Amino acid sequence: MSTGLEVTATGPAGDTTAPPVATAGVAVATHGLTKRFRGGQLAVNELDMVVPRGAVYGFLGPNGSGKTTTIRMLLGLVYPTSGRHELLATAMPSGAARVLPRVGSLVEGPAFYPQLSGRANLARIDAVDATADPGTSAARVSAALERVGLLAAAKKRYRAYSLGMKQRLAIAASLLQPRELIILDEPTNGLDPQGTREVRALIREIATGGVTVLVSSHLLAEVEQICSHVGVMRTGRLVFQGTLEQMRARGAARVQVRTTDPERASSVLESLGLAEIRASDGEVSAQIGEHAPEAVNRALVLADVPVAGFDTPRPSLEDLFVELTGEGFDVDG
Amino acid sequence: MSTVEAPPLPGGVAPAAGATARRGVVGPWLRMLRSELVLIFRRWRNLLLLAVLVGIPVLLGIALRVSVPRGGDGNGGGLGSAFLFQVAGNGVFLAFLALTIMLTLVLPLVVAVVAGDSLAGEASAGTLRYLLVVPAGRARLLSVKYAAIVVFSLISCLLVAASALIMGVALFPVGPVTLLSGTTVPLSGGLLRLLFVVLYVSAAMAMLGAIGLALSSLTEHPIAAIAAIMIIAVASEVTDNVPQFAVVQPYLPTHWWLAFDSLLRAPIDTTELTHGLLSIGVYIVIFCSIAWAKFSNADITS
Repeated sequence: MSTGLEVTATGPAGDTTAPPVATAGVAVATHGLTKRFRGGQLAVNELDMVVPRGAVYGFLGPNGSGKTTTIRMLLGLVYPTSGRHELLATAMPSGAARVLPRVGSLVEGPAFYPQLSGRANLARIDAVDATADPGTSAARVSAALERVGLLAAAKKRYRAYSLGMKQRLAIAASLLQPRELIILDEPTNGLDPQGTREVRALIREIATGGVTVLVSSHLLAEVEQICSHVGVMRTGRLVFQGTLEQMRARGAARVQVRTTDPERASSVLESLGLAEIRASDGEVSAQIGEHAPEAVNRALVLADVPVAGFDTPRPSLEDLFVELTGEGFDVDG
Repeated sequence: MSTVEAPPLPGGVAPAAGATARRGVVGPWLRMLRSELVLIFRRWRNLLLLAVLVGIPVLLGIALRVSVPRGGDGNGGGLGSAFLFQVAGNGVFLAFLALTIMLTLVLPLVVAVVAGDSLAGEASAGTLRYLLVVPAGRARLLSVKYAAIVVFSLISCLLVAASALIMGVALFPVGPVTLLSGTTVPLSGGLLRLLFVVLYVSAAMAMLGAIGLALSSLTEHPIAAIAAIMIIAVASEVTDNVPQFAVVQPYLPTHWWLAFDSLLRAPIDTTELTHGLLSIGVYIVIFCSIAWAKFSNADITS
């Protein structure tokens, strides 16, 4: 799935000096993309995003962190204040007419004509596409409906659709043409667990065809299982970008010592050269780094530290995520 | 659909771009216009408005048949009353009368609903963003929206004329048409003049539609756009009837709308008509430009 292209992990300070990458291998690239809305609100700040071809890129961040504005800029709906970007190696928004037919998208929830049926809605979308062959329209609409499991409800008015069906119709609209890139903004928003699973399975299926998928979510857990790469937004900035493995590796394991003598334990850990030592009542922790846990434990015991408990927990992705996105992160959705 | 064959393109052209070139511009544009018109003419609200356009001439015909004494001498005041007496003598005049009466309020209202809804309606439903990411193309979408408004205006005026003509034929005598100038022309000539009147009134409605398109590009609330269009139309008509505003009156959007009455005289005085068409053309250019200036640069956040 991954093209083997290295995506640099970016530090929180925005030291995003992405190496020059062959544009052919990149589905989405932004360069200092910035959007300041009238009224001065800085929604997206100097965004340097790289989505390799073939990746399933989880675009994460709390509500209001600038994900949707970024996606609207990617698709040419919102014009950046500064910076530029390319989709499928085509400059946007000038190349919109050429590149957007190869990009399917769902932007901030589904929106269709309530008085029309699901099929009529897709036919309308298809009629607007200058590259679409009118002769195959009906067949393509049926195929897209079938792919999202809506063929049985094709004649039903959109108004009568459940939220899950609406969401799936929007995904069907993005599948009317063969695509190279699919951008899905919060595709599972507001869905029940069953609907979420369905959409996730659909995304996985789309991605197996080699299509690059950019999927945004404010919940890491929702996309963790399907992503190869993640980008994390916080208040308009991309605070992390890389593969899921790189994100995991970023979370340094710590050593956790329960003891009645935290002072002595601290000094032992310090003498071993462990970083970020935090001592609290009855417990001392530090980054374990390259040290073997058993060696640390032995050193503690030899120094007469009463060790009542010893553990080397690795932070979960969720912990790392919360650490990246900071306070106010809407963990429960 | 389109028979335009593109020349072979240099290598490295993406398949989608090649497809666009093969299909040409006109075919897909017409397909989009058709989709737009289907959307307009399948909406219950719009059909109801069109039914009103058909119904008013019917009521008008019946009311005249019942109340107007035959063989009136036709020396009334304005355009409307001149027609009123003509109707009794010739049913064709019911069409002119209906267009004149409905041009002040009903036709503008019907056109305002569709024009005001054009962009604002898509924005408020959220469908605008999905049309643009297809991609519809902003210029392409705007041109299709305006073309649909023009077609809708034409059909609205044709419906009024057709309904009135049918009622006129059914309820009143029909024959050679005696024009307002006293000359008599054969029925075919009268119908041809009616066609020109319908086209002129449609052009006036298309002008209101351009104003509507511009207002519709400024808001995400269709009702606000519709109301604003009606306020402009009514304010213009009121100003046009206040003698103190004589200086500005020729520049008002509605000032020349009734200039079509010169089509009903012989010989046809083209001065008024030319002024009218010029006014309509200038307004269309100005307001379509405003719509484009706004829409081409707008951040679509709806």
